[in-house]
Amino acid sequence: MKYIDEYRDPLLARNLLEEIKRKATRHWTIMEICGGQTHSIIRNGIDQLLPDSIELVHGPGCPVCVTPLESIERALLIAAKKDVIFTSFGDMLRVPGCSKDLFMVRSEGGDVRIVFSPLDALQIARDNPLKEIVFFAVGFETTAPANAMAVYQAAREGIENFSVIVSQVMVPPAMCAILSSPDNRVQGFLAAGHVCAIMGYEEYEPVAREFNVPIVPTGFEPVDLLAGILKTLELLEEGRSEVVNLYRRVVSREGNRFAQETIRKVFEVRDRQWRGIGLIPGSGLGLRPDFSRFDAEKKFNVTHICASESPQCKSGSVLQGILKPDACPAFARECTPEHPLGATMVSSEGACAAYYNYHRNAYSL
Amino acid sequence: MTIAPACPLPLMQHETVQMAHGAGGRLSQTLMQRVFMPHLHNSFLDLLDDQAKLELPAGRTAFTTDTYVVSPVFFPGGNIGELAVNGTVNDLAVGGAIPLYLSTGFVLEEGFSLVALETIVMSMASAAQNAGVIIVTGDTKVVGKGQCDSIFINTSGIGTIREGVNLSCCNLKKGDCIILSGTVGDHGMAIMTSREGLSFQSHITSDCAALNGMIGKVLDAVPMIHAMRDPTRGGVAATLNELAHSSSVGIEINETSIPVKPDVRGACELLGIDPLHVANEGKLVLVVPAECSETVLNVMRAHEHGRDAVIIGSVVNDHPGMVVMRTVFGSRRIVDLPLGEQLPRIC
Repeated sequence: MKYIDEYRDPLLARNLLEEIKRKATRHWTIMEICGGQTHSIIRNGIDQLLPDSIELVHGPGCPVCVTPLESIERALLIAAKKDVIFTSFGDMLRVPGCSKDLFMVRSEGGDVRIVFSPLDALQIARDNPLKEIVFFAVGFETTAPANAMAVYQAAREGIENFSVIVSQVMVPPAMCAILSSPDNRVQGFLAAGHVCAIMGYEEYEPVAREFNVPIVPTGFEPVDLLAGILKTLELLEEGRSEVVNLYRRVVSREGNRFAQETIRKVFEVRDRQWRGIGLIPGSGLGLRPDFSRFDAEKKFNVTHICASESPQCKSGSVLQGILKPDACPAFARECTPEHPLGATMVSSEGACAAYYNYHRNAYSL
Repeated sequence: MTIAPACPLPLMQHETVQMAHGAGGRLSQTLMQRVFMPHLHNSFLDLLDDQAKLELPAGRTAFTTDTYVVSPVFFPGGNIGELAVNGTVNDLAVGGAIPLYLSTGFVLEEGFSLVALETIVMSMASAAQNAGVIIVTGDTKVVGKGQCDSIFINTSGIGTIREGVNLSCCNLKKGDCIILSGTVGDHGMAIMTSREGLSFQSHITSDCAALNGMIGKVLDAVPMIHAMRDPTRGGVAATLNELAHSSSVGIEINETSIPVKPDVRGACELLGIDPLHVANEGKLVLVVPAECSETVLNVMRAHEHGRDAVIIGSVVNDHPGMVVMRTVFGSRRIVDLPLGEQLPRIC
């Protein structure tokens, strides 16, 4: 399959691994930002193949994982309402709030539907003028353009029975928060390829300079990841704090200007709570005042709902690369995909779920 | 005796299922005579008794039941009717039984198209004929609009277990070969890509098929096969995990040897779903002593449903109860049971 097979070529992967082994002269800690990259690394066992000197820590780039508990609680309340059709990407349905998830709301009679695009949710709104259609707009810069476009279209067409719960977050502020932490161990980053496809990599250049770290946008296939690790390693070994784009088939320096413009038309930058991490200034997006009538939390009057995390869950440390999932005392004991204590164990892209699914009992492999 | 119509409306002008079709009265009879009997009739059903009276060959009997609720009811490569026949035939056959008789129960939603129902019944008749089984008894109920999704079908089946065959999930031994009859994920992805709301088109068709013919030939050649399963819901991953767990052994499979059709792989890549977790309806997983594996492969490859049969791994003593895959890069990872519904990823 074109664009996949060549990036899963075992021979290419082996050559890259040999290069990595040859070039690593000391211990380096590299963070892959995106949950999709974490998933691919663990699924393909790339972490097992790397020399001990290269340590991969897993970043906060899983939208399901960092969506705050109170957003989920608010979503559950809205989804349970009569006359609401609640629409969401599939991943979010299994994320537990304090006592239930969206699947349970559906089993109790809520009309909860999986959609593949927010524009599908908008179509449901057109088709059901007597219902209120709510879309759970979660995600990083990757989902923001389509989510913004849905709201923009709704405004243009005067569709008033459509609204969104916005839980949009952005990568660069999270990287800065990680690098500013006194516990930070990250020395270099693999930047999230699809986020960079939208935003470009220009905005990472000041981060690299300010914090003196190399940043390498790369893809999700094993060869992409190994090439990204090799490039980060070379930059680290040479002491160069630069942004080098290795995902050239998708990413440009300026990114997708039209998508960025669409985001800016509808959203504005806000401070944002990250589940497990806390408040990161300027790390989120919210609806601009012109579009505030599409804010489901206001429309359904749930902004007062708050919730707090299980104190046992260490996902905040996991998401910042301070703790490896299997080093958490609750991992695979109190916390499993069937009974998750936190979102990192729920999403298929969560680091804890990836470790559980592919690596638990790694000692016996 | 002639029966005068009790109602001025001609009965069969209905184009859709009415509540009265399930009420046991005239309309029920009409449904039976116009839709079911022309396609399913045989010496058992023709008696219209409340039960079928069967004579079974000597030996052990296998008995199974399954209920089919697939949506959409018509999908690329089949429909709920042939699925309901083939699925139950396969459940009997993988236990070493020769499938003989089936029962069928229909739950119809008020308003379901009678033309669609007849098409489904015709498919069932044709699937039963292909599989060499007879549908000997049946039942129909109608529920109100919205109380079921178009049509649900239950089929139960009886078969006679072949002599000298002992297939069980508990039989796996170290060194056994794991054989897979063909490509994985065809049925599940055919269903998923034909559901509403997915804005891409594919040419993926279901692999829905009765496997008793091929299984019979395999067991004739190698009766000492240890275990056999059809990897339906949960896919090959769930089947292998169940086998490893039941026999308290480990299973190791090779990523490179798992056959996946390119379009199925493409759809799985797009949706973020592992083909090993996707349902099949015409595939077989066999666990065979290593020395018999070549014979089994040759027999299977000579059959239309086993042309792509391949050894995908083996039974090991390590990691009991766990399935481990050797990746194309030489690393290893756990192949786990899927957790509930397969959910497309956000990005």
